[in-house]
Amino acid sequence: MPIFKRRDVYDVVIVGSGAGGGMAAHELTKAGARVLLLEAGGMWDNSKDSSMLAWPWETDRRGGSTPERPFGEHDACIGGWNIPGEPFTTAPGSRFSWWRGRMLGGRTNHWGRISLRFGPDDFQRKSIDGLGDNWPITYDEIKPYYDEVDKLVGIFGSNEGLRNHPDGHFLPAPAPRCWERLVKKAADRHAVTCIPSRLSILTRPVNGRPACHYCGQCNRGCATNSNFSSPNVLIYPAQQTGRLTIRTDAMVREVSVGKNGLADGVLYIDKITGQEERVDARVVVLAASACESARIMLNSKSSAFPQGIGNSSGVVGKYLTDTTGTDVGGFIPALMDQPRHNCDGVGGAHLYMPWWVDNKKLDFPRGYHIEIWGGLGMPGYGFMGGIHNYPPGGGYGASLKNDYRKYWGATIGFSGRGEMIPNADSYCEIDPRMVDQWGIPVLRFSWKWSDHEHLQVKHMQETFRTLLAEMGAEVRSTMPTRESGYGIATGGSIIHELGTVRMGNDPKTSALDSNCTAWDCKNLFVADGGPFVSQADKNPTWTILALSMRTSRHIAAQRKAGKL
Amino acid sequence: MLSRREMVAAMAAAAGAFALPTQARAAEASRDVTAARMARGVGAAYEPKVYTKHEWETVRVLVDYIIPKDDRSGSATDAAVPEFMDTMLHLEPGMRVAHRGGIAWLDHECLRRFSKDFVSASDAERKLVLDDIAFPRTAKPEFSHGVAWFNSFRDFTATGFFTSEIGVGDLGYVGNTPVADWTGCTPEAYRRLGV
Repeated sequence: MPIFKRRDVYDVVIVGSGAGGGMAAHELTKAGARVLLLEAGGMWDNSKDSSMLAWPWETDRRGGSTPERPFGEHDACIGGWNIPGEPFTTAPGSRFSWWRGRMLGGRTNHWGRISLRFGPDDFQRKSIDGLGDNWPITYDEIKPYYDEVDKLVGIFGSNEGLRNHPDGHFLPAPAPRCWERLVKKAADRHAVTCIPSRLSILTRPVNGRPACHYCGQCNRGCATNSNFSSPNVLIYPAQQTGRLTIRTDAMVREVSVGKNGLADGVLYIDKITGQEERVDARVVVLAASACESARIMLNSKSSAFPQGIGNSSGVVGKYLTDTTGTDVGGFIPALMDQPRHNCDGVGGAHLYMPWWVDNKKLDFPRGYHIEIWGGLGMPGYGFMGGIHNYPPGGGYGASLKNDYRKYWGATIGFSGRGEMIPNADSYCEIDPRMVDQWGIPVLRFSWKWSDHEHLQVKHMQETFRTLLAEMGAEVRSTMPTRESGYGIATGGSIIHELGTVRMGNDPKTSALDSNCTAWDCKNLFVADGGPFVSQADKNPTWTILALSMRTSRHIAAQRKAGKL
Repeated sequence: MLSRREMVAAMAAAAGAFALPTQARAAEASRDVTAARMARGVGAAYEPKVYTKHEWETVRVLVDYIIPKDDRSGSATDAAVPEFMDTMLHLEPGMRVAHRGGIAWLDHECLRRFSKDFVSASDAERKLVLDDIAFPRTAKPEFSHGVAWFNSFRDFTATGFFTSEIGVGDLGYVGNTPVADWTGCTPEAYRRLGV
């Protein structure tokens, strides 16, 4: 097949349009660069494509899932656990789930907007407990970027002075819902820290975007852009500079390398025509997601880079982590027959529990935070499924109809989200046999939890059951056993993959330097979850945004100095 | 009531200045939808895409045993639950075997006991069978297949009913509407929980 060479030479080509790629596009165009943004999926614009405020009866599926929207037909993320024509494999004995967004903005379109800074300890964990590795940067070095992200994107929360859960530039937090106050009361009794959530949802207007209208449907894509998603907060503003070109349905296969050993562009498949295309650029920024960026690097083999570009260390694909997770819910008799009121609020919980215990007193090294769920939410597909689990035990007819009214909104649940420590058995690599429909070799995942994670999840289960008992709940699930991993979620299923292209101070043990530049290739950068040296007991997106901003500023400074 | 499109357009235009109706509809929903359904002729005119004629008759009888009309709202057939189920089976072929197989199981059970299928059986006979499969915790082991199917059929019926305009109105869900200034739940809601 002929390769059609385009004549344009861009200053920067960015692969991927999620949090990292969107921020890079925003910052680099602002700094004067001509940027091409490549996205493997299609276009998306919340102000046109959102199904915010749709009623369940307006669609045949009543909000149920579709093949391309597994979280429900109104969910704003097109993609999912399995993408037709784009498989991945798992090594024997391993289980791994991988959610991929295939659309402008990627997974930022439906994410939970939980926007937590990593704390000072999170960058230096090895110094504290001897496990994993330290980051090559400290909290103080990234703090100015967190501050800027807070102001640029907008976030609500409360300044609490908690040492490893840093304060920020917060908009006022929304008042807790009634059931959330019930949770807080129980948490207070058991000395579990429970504070306002920190979500990138506007409770006041910010940078021309109106404040939230509290319909509780952030995951549908906000038609007024009152929360964060990459297209409407970063990419479309970047487009207004006149320096951003967006190309969708562009599935990048590899980074190309010139005779000088530098990256000189990328090769991609145009999914519409099936043609291979080439883009020339002076700088390449990979932000395709931790695993997809690792895949591109490993597939970019040349005489200069026989192990894949930027992989002379052999660490690309290694140190893959996901957040740990487990959930427990229960029926709360006090919530029966609630007086009807609107408790939609923002699209997420108004309270959460940051990690509150000193691990020196526990049998596992790293912490977790707790997310909560409940309320009189809008009915959708699967409404009150399993009604037979409530006290009447099933039935039919007039009494059953009343049961639905009585028990609606009477369930509260807890989800733990904790820090996994990178281990030698959890990684991705190129599958030696399988290619996707575009002819690109696919990833194969190996996965293993260690006792660090299992014991942490056991602690989650015990904590949730204690808090539910405090609220008088009836919990029908039993405490999971050690043999069942204490109910730990499948690797990858919390959708926080990190660490496959990690940064560091030593080119032998890391792929990127402290500015996220490939040690082996000074004009190749990674700006997604790949550079993370460790997880934290916090969601990664705010750190992806801050790191990408920091990397983009570095690229701009290097360009200005004539070094790129 | 504004349509969703109109509402979104109005919100975009107002950009934060909300002058939109908030909770106008809960009590009126049932009346509105009934009028709309009569105007469209839903129910009478619907041609099942998946169900056989007999399955269609059976489902129309059965869903109203699960969710009957009462003084607050209409029945499952009033809320077009059979139409919803048929449409879902059309969209999701993978659901068909277990769902339709269970309907066949119900007929076998009625034939075995009464020499009549479910639709032909009397009200008392139908209830004898339903009583045996509707309470999983106390059901006899020999009814395990009927119990498993009825659990999912009941859930499916509830989705169809409570996601309809009648069902949402019945529940008294008053959200899915722009709120200019979030001040929390109502004082009564907090007071009742003592929080």
